[in-house]
Amino acid sequence: MEIDPFIFRLSIFILSIFVGYYVVWSVTPSLHTPLMSVTNAISSVIIVGAIIAALSGSDGVVFSSSSIYGFLAIVLAAVNIFGGFLVTQRMLAMYKKKKKDK
Amino acid sequence: MSANISAILYLISGVLFILALRGLSSPETSRQGNLFGIIGMVIAVVVTFLSVGNFTAGFIYVLIFLAIGGSIGAFIAYRIPMTAMPELVAGFHSLVGLAAVFVAISAFINPAAFNLGTPGNIKLASLIEMAIGAAVGAITFSGSVIAFLKLQGIMSGAPITFKGQHILNALLLVLIVVITFYLCSTQSSNLFWILIAVSFLIGFLIIIPIGGADMPVVISMLNSYSGWAAAGIGFTLENTALIITGALVGSSGAILSYIMCKGMNRSFFNVILGGFGATEQTSGDQNKEQRPVKSGNADDAAFLMKNASSVIIVPGYGMAVAQAQHALREMVDTLKKNDIKVSYAIHPVAGRMPGHMNVLLAEANVPYDEVFELEEINNDFANADVAFVIGANDVTNPVAKTDPQSPIYGMPVLDVEKCKSVLFVKRSLSPGYAGIDNDLFYKENTLMLFADAKKMTEDITKNL
Repeated sequence: MEIDPFIFRLSIFILSIFVGYYVVWSVTPSLHTPLMSVTNAISSVIIVGAIIAALSGSDGVVFSSSSIYGFLAIVLAAVNIFGGFLVTQRMLAMYKKKKKDK
Repeated sequence: MSANISAILYLISGVLFILALRGLSSPETSRQGNLFGIIGMVIAVVVTFLSVGNFTAGFIYVLIFLAIGGSIGAFIAYRIPMTAMPELVAGFHSLVGLAAVFVAISAFINPAAFNLGTPGNIKLASLIEMAIGAAVGAITFSGSVIAFLKLQGIMSGAPITFKGQHILNALLLVLIVVITFYLCSTQSSNLFWILIAVSFLIGFLIIIPIGGADMPVVISMLNSYSGWAAAGIGFTLENTALIITGALVGSSGAILSYIMCKGMNRSFFNVILGGFGATEQTSGDQNKEQRPVKSGNADDAAFLMKNASSVIIVPGYGMAVAQAQHALREMVDTLKKNDIKVSYAIHPVAGRMPGHMNVLLAEANVPYDEVFELEEINNDFANADVAFVIGANDVTNPVAKTDPQSPIYGMPVLDVEKCKSVLFVKRSLSPGYAGIDNDLFYKENTLMLFADAKKMTEDITKNL
């Protein structure tokens, strides 16, 4: 009997939850704010779905009733991707070690 | 591009996202981690373009919309002050939620584009995944909008409660399940719209009863939801990058909410079901008698600190409100010039989001190896000469250790009272968020400094 591909995706999902669990516990508490902004940025990989939706219009028709939602989602996700990664970078650049001079 | 190759590339981008989070285990590796995240995102986007393979007029529009969103995002990222980080993150969560809703709607209207069947005849599994993605996305959106409004001060931070609130929420949740069930059997688009509307409503209702200081839990929880919404859409699109990311973000947010709840010694449900309301009456009135308080000025504070050999600074949300982090850093520089050892003690729930204080101190150029978490530094208070409490309140209240009647009893607190002397910067004697008096105000060795945190810190520096 063949295994439904859904089961494979479910396995990836469950294992990723465990990976996430252990990886996130190892994040140092002082970086919890950058953690939130970077998770926010990467969850915007939903833009993949938005692009497929936006390009779903049939020949010649760019803005159909379904592709409009795709374009809107692209804008939202793009705000998040650029905003999320850049603000994370800005924050991380501020974390400095004590200077060993004197 | 063949489906197998794109699947493998999506997997690689998922792995890069894992490495991005992994990098955050220490500040040295974190910047590299962020780079991994960016590479992962670029791979995912490029692979999607190649696998759709539609480089017509639509493609140009996609790039245009991408550029519009990207410039807005970049503009915000560079302009936002660090003190506004909680609002920013809440705002960004709402966008992820809404994007998930839009993608789900598009997939529902035109399932053929996603290989999910035809309108009115969508594969059952896809329809369930779509409904979950849309519902969780909608809850994330409206919940985050409320959190944003509360953090921004547009909406009052006070909990909004009404009779039958919990029953109403429970009924709406049941309603969502029922609608999903009928949606699957009828494929009716009306039901799909109703599902989204009810989900918007419930996101709104879940967040309004939660008060300002519980925002760290709320933001983490919404972070988690945005992940689950992405995962739901990932299942619909059969996309591994989205599934992996959704799971990562979902568990990350869940862990952060857990850490925040533990920092307040409250259960997740206690926070979600709305504030300290239920226990407030028991200890609200009994401590009303006037007790003597010692108050001082910047001169006294400077004198105490000048004669100390070690000082521990306890920052809280008040420091963020007063934007006092730079002034504080200047004061510490002066102290260090006088060979006084200075360290910072951060309570897990100080501020309005996890790690809030750390970011503000980092912004003010405080080296991160001078900043300590509660467990690391709590024993040092007994050996320190001066504790400088700036903008924190409930997290220093010794009542949490001594009075079992108190609503915050059992909450881990910083042992500030063990210091030889305590300097407490505060605008008035008013109680903190938990609505209870802080015993620390009345201790023999506490000197209250009634002033704005920034102004007081600057004055102390002048007097040092």
